[in-house]
Amino acid sequence: MAGPKTSPKAAVRNLRPLLAVGAYIFVATLITLWLSGPGLRQVLGYSLLLALGFVAFLGSLLVLYYAPIGPNFKLVLGLVILVLLLPLMGVQNTFLLEVATQVGIFAALALGLNIVVGFAGLLDLGYVAFYAVGAYLWAIVGSNQANIAFNTDIFPLAPVWFFPFLLIAVGVAAMTGILLGLPVLRLRGDYLAIVTLAFGEVIRVVVNNLDKPINLTNGPQGIRAIQRPPLFFKPALTALGVTVEDATLYALYFYFLVLLVVGFAVVLTRRLENSWVGRAWTAIREDELAAQAMGIPLVRMKLAAFAAGASFAGAMGMIFGAKQYFINPESFTFMESIGVLAMVIVGGMGSLPGAIVGATVVTILNLQVLKGLSLLLNQLRATDAVIPILNYPLSRWPTQLDPAKYERLIFGILLIIMSILRPQGIIPERRHQLELEERRAEPAPTLAPTAGGGGDG
Amino acid sequence: MAELLLECRGVTKRFGGLVAVNAVDFGVERGRIVSIIGPNGAGKTTLFNVISGFYRPDGGEVWFEGRRIDGLRPDQVAARGISRTFQNIRLFQNMTVLENILVGMHTRVRANVVQVLARSRAFLEEERALVEEAFRLFRFVGLRANPNELAKNLPYGEQRKVEFARALAARPKLILLDEPTAGMNPQEMAETTQLIRRLRDELGITVVLIEHQMRVVMGISERVTVLDYGEKIAEGPPAVVRRDPKVIEAYLGRGAALGSAD
Repeated sequence: MAGPKTSPKAAVRNLRPLLAVGAYIFVATLITLWLSGPGLRQVLGYSLLLALGFVAFLGSLLVLYYAPIGPNFKLVLGLVILVLLLPLMGVQNTFLLEVATQVGIFAALALGLNIVVGFAGLLDLGYVAFYAVGAYLWAIVGSNQANIAFNTDIFPLAPVWFFPFLLIAVGVAAMTGILLGLPVLRLRGDYLAIVTLAFGEVIRVVVNNLDKPINLTNGPQGIRAIQRPPLFFKPALTALGVTVEDATLYALYFYFLVLLVVGFAVVLTRRLENSWVGRAWTAIREDELAAQAMGIPLVRMKLAAFAAGASFAGAMGMIFGAKQYFINPESFTFMESIGVLAMVIVGGMGSLPGAIVGATVVTILNLQVLKGLSLLLNQLRATDAVIPILNYPLSRWPTQLDPAKYERLIFGILLIIMSILRPQGIIPERRHQLELEERRAEPAPTLAPTAGGGGDG
Repeated sequence: MAELLLECRGVTKRFGGLVAVNAVDFGVERGRIVSIIGPNGAGKTTLFNVISGFYRPDGGEVWFEGRRIDGLRPDQVAARGISRTFQNIRLFQNMTVLENILVGMHTRVRANVVQVLARSRAFLEEERALVEEAFRLFRFVGLRANPNELAKNLPYGEQRKVEFARALAARPKLILLDEPTAGMNPQEMAETTQLIRRLRDELGITVVLIEHQMRVVMGISERVTVLDYGEKIAEGPPAVVRRDPKVIEAYLGRGAALGSAD
């Protein structure tokens, strides 16, 4: 910093939040790294501990988001966490990488659904249909399935095709969104919800039954051996002398792919939000009639919202299919739509950070906390532990009461609690604050004599 | 006779058996301030809704700047240059004051979606110009609230002003004001009257207003059209209309005098 000298005290004061954030990230990373190592796996309730540590670690992104530090610091630190620290943990414990990838997939879905439900106020209960469209698109051409369907032998397409098809999946999903929207968007509120719900089911049922007359989807058995994206960087890694198992490499690969798509989704959504497009969507949400009187073409803007939301789901569906190596209609049930909707609502409708936090909370609750509780219970069942006061031996605890089996119940309770205590969501929508350019420049002359750096005038 | 900016020819609108507007002829010359008055349920707002495209007339035609506009969607009518306000203020409650005004500029936006996503220079410059203009409109209508406050948190009078600014943001040629002084105290009413005059004098916008406050109607309108049970019963300069026995009977009841209704 070659700028004018500020007093050392002020410099320290300015650095304080940065140091605090850095310290938090450092400690959270160390703890989670320690937890994710092999040493502790036999400890009672280990998965819960690990979940706790991982949440604390991911929480550092939230700390970063709210910390009073410059946007450049935030960006750099955020990238360090996501690109460096998290994969580091992931290599040590691939389960965490899997969780992070799932969080990313759902974050993109939540961001997409947020455009439809949060911005434009169109309740879509069949969102998973677009996810299915993306997944099946690649599954069919990226496996032997297309050969069976069309009687050729040119499939599966080479892995290189993965990337062009990512764009095609975006386009096809967006087109599906428009096709669904055209007949449906004249409906409002509850009616729209019911029809979209039906559409979601229709897609699933079609996929389930399209094994005849032409076997396009292989019906309930699903499609397996789906091509993965190309490992184009592997020769470079080998040349550098880095050897990673293919399984770990793919896990890392999908993590970064998902991260990239989420990054794109965030930037694009943010740009739409702070433009006439986002304003028109929100105006439609707030008052359709007034919006129309302002010259907003309702059908066109609603279709745009549907298409934009669907495109994220299309891209993620395709990545999901390739990652899972196998898909069947079971992956695209109504519950998936509801799950993503729950993420948007828990996070805060219309709020970008909300959608991401919602996706994180719900996914971790699902994959780590509930499963962790079940595991803990199983461990306890093997011991002679009793529930205090009631004196009830845990070994007699029925397996039907496994927390992991109560995912939907717990979701329901969570949603009810949220809607009572914090209906606006964890991170509520915040409107863009606009300033006049000239106004921003105004204070400059008055500060001129002391000129410069410190923001502590 | 000066050129007619807006012309309704025999406009009829029925709701089931009720004829809300019955064969109304109604013309507005460019640059005028005209009022539509009439008792409750006379069909004034229905006529507005027909003009602004929310209702499709069952009979008759609506012409604007020499082109037929009946049958167009409301957003298409707005794009032709007709703005409106609503009887019960319909702001975008959870958007800021400035955003409300910016939404009003929707028909004027040039930047396409690709430019938005790329944050191109054209988009950024346009956006900056729009925001600047929104601030100008904010001052023009005399708003005193925080421009970044949510619309729902504003007091009533300020909300009315936001609605004005939002309607002006489209740079309309014609503005339809549906009871702009409803629920205002005398001072606010005087301010609003002044504002309506400035729309015409400073911005050159033709104004049609529905109004119940006789002080406002008589004070600013150059022509008054009176509706009763969906039919036009009188039309002319306010001084003439107020003495019309048919108007006095229909609007104020038998034997009453319009002038004493203030």
